[in-house]
Amino acid sequence: MALLEIRELHKSFGDNQVLRGIQLDVPAGSVTVIVGPSGCGKTTLLRCVNGLEKPESGRVTIDSTSVDWVSKPSKQEIHELRAKTGFVFQAHHLFPHRTALENVIEGPIYGQGKSREWAVGYGMELLEQVGLADRAGAFPHELSGGQQQRVGIARALALQPKLLLFDEPTSALDPEIVGDVLQVMRNLARQGWTMVVVTHEIHFATQVANQAVFMDQGQIVEQGDPQQVLLNPKQPRTQEFLRRVLDPLADSDAPFVSPTETSAVDAPAPLISSGEGHGVGGHA
Amino acid sequence: MNHWQLAVDSFWPLVWASVAGTIPLTLLSFAFGLVLAVLVALARLSSLKPVALIGQFYVSVIRGTPLLVQLFIIFYALPFMGVLLDPYPSAVIAFSVNVGGYAGETIRGAILAVPKGQWEAAAAVTLDYWRTLRRVILPQAFRIAIPPLSNTFIGLVKDTSLASIVMVTELLRRSQIIATPTYDFLTMYTEAALIYWLICTVLSFAQKRVEVRLSKYVTV
Ligand SMILES: Nc1ncnc2c1ncn2[C@@H]1O[C@H](COP(=O)(O)OP(=O)(O)O)[C@@H](O)[C@H]1O
Ligand SMILES: [Mg+2]
Repeated sequence: MALLEIRELHKSFGDNQVLRGIQLDVPAGSVTVIVGPSGCGKTTLLRCVNGLEKPESGRVTIDSTSVDWVSKPSKQEIHELRAKTGFVFQAHHLFPHRTALENVIEGPIYGQGKSREWAVGYGMELLEQVGLADRAGAFPHELSGGQQQRVGIARALALQPKLLLFDEPTSALDPEIVGDVLQVMRNLARQGWTMVVVTHEIHFATQVANQAVFMDQGQIVEQGDPQQVLLNPKQPRTQEFLRRVLDPLADSDAPFVSPTETSAVDAPAPLISSGEGHGVGGHA
Repeated sequence: MNHWQLAVDSFWPLVWASVAGTIPLTLLSFAFGLVLAVLVALARLSSLKPVALIGQFYVSVIRGTPLLVQLFIIFYALPFMGVLLDPYPSAVIAFSVNVGGYAGETIRGAILAVPKGQWEAAAAVTLDYWRTLRRVILPQAFRIAIPPLSNTFIGLVKDTSLASIVMVTELLRRSQIIATPTYDFLTMYTEAALIYWLICTVLSFAQKRVEVRLSKYVTV
């Protein structure tokens, strides 16, 4: 059985139907990457999985905790679902008035009622794991972007969740520090964490993920083996999107050419890196 | 008795009136006022319509009526309702109620200025609403609110002089009492003004220090 099961998930903002019947299974111990154009609903999907956003209908099951959004779940039910997930935000959202360690232990102590002693011990272990044990006493503004995001990852891990959700964890980072964060994530995958990662780091996705999902306009258009979905997509919409991610300057009328079949990977790096397209740098 | 001699002789009594009257009146009113202000801000931000409306009404009344009138109403209304209080606690209540309205709006604005991501991060680490407020949102909101709140505080020091009208022996009332037998009101009121000015100048100086120290943790 899958650790995460999403069934018929629908979510609108007013007239804007952002998620239109999402179905997804994520097996325990596996990594799923989600790619898709800006505004297609990736962030909303992750937020619906842990109840930060309330879908109109559909069911989300994580490790036998199930929330059916049609029947107006209670706060307690949503809390239980959320307690099974750790969320890593695109813009880290660390608490600016608390140190790295305090950020990490906040959830265990004040959300889950763990003892401070335990939380500090485990928190230090996690900071060690993301390479920041020596910065435990630093405030977020004293850390670099990559360090902040790694604290964000430790904060998510501190909840001892079943499932880790990453929303474009490297999109806001300078290119030269993206690798540090991706490396931490790859180590987590190797340790057997179940992860859902929204990212445009295609290279990371093909190396680390077990499953890739391409979303467009609130629906899953294509899903399967990352090598296939990301390097040899079948659907025209996936092809079109990946061509743009891999080469933002490409003429949008030209047909898709798989980077594995040609030397597209060796093409000159784009001069302008758009927010969505910056995965190219890591790939070249 | 010449003016100068009067001023010198009354200096310590006036300092004492500040220390025993004006300053505690200000501190107590501000402290209670802040508690009220947080409640007012939360009421204004509540998703429960009636609660939000009560908050809005409160702010509207406080900001739409003179402080002196509020002071009179509380001073005369409490005995009418069977509550017999000395002038001093009545004044504390009146000033607290007033601060609650003004600082409530300040704190509401400051809560709204805390980035939305902070609410989400707190929710994501499974904090409930009250813990999110207490541990994540309010500490940041207070840092944002410190400059306007310290203006409110300094304003309150001066506003407490209104309590002299309901016979609270604070700084202004004391100078009035000293002046009455001598008819030298000008000297005494000038001296009171100088002491108010001194207190406010010291506070402004402290305000700048605090702002510099806190500004580095505010990330908006
Ligand atoms: N809180 C919100 N209120 C209204 N519309 C929203 C909100 N959040 C997201 N949307 C809309 O939902 C759509 C999907 O957004 P999002 O999930 O952030 O996309 P992605 O992460 O794929 O870029 C967009 O059209 C966006 O404008
Ligand atoms: Mg997004």
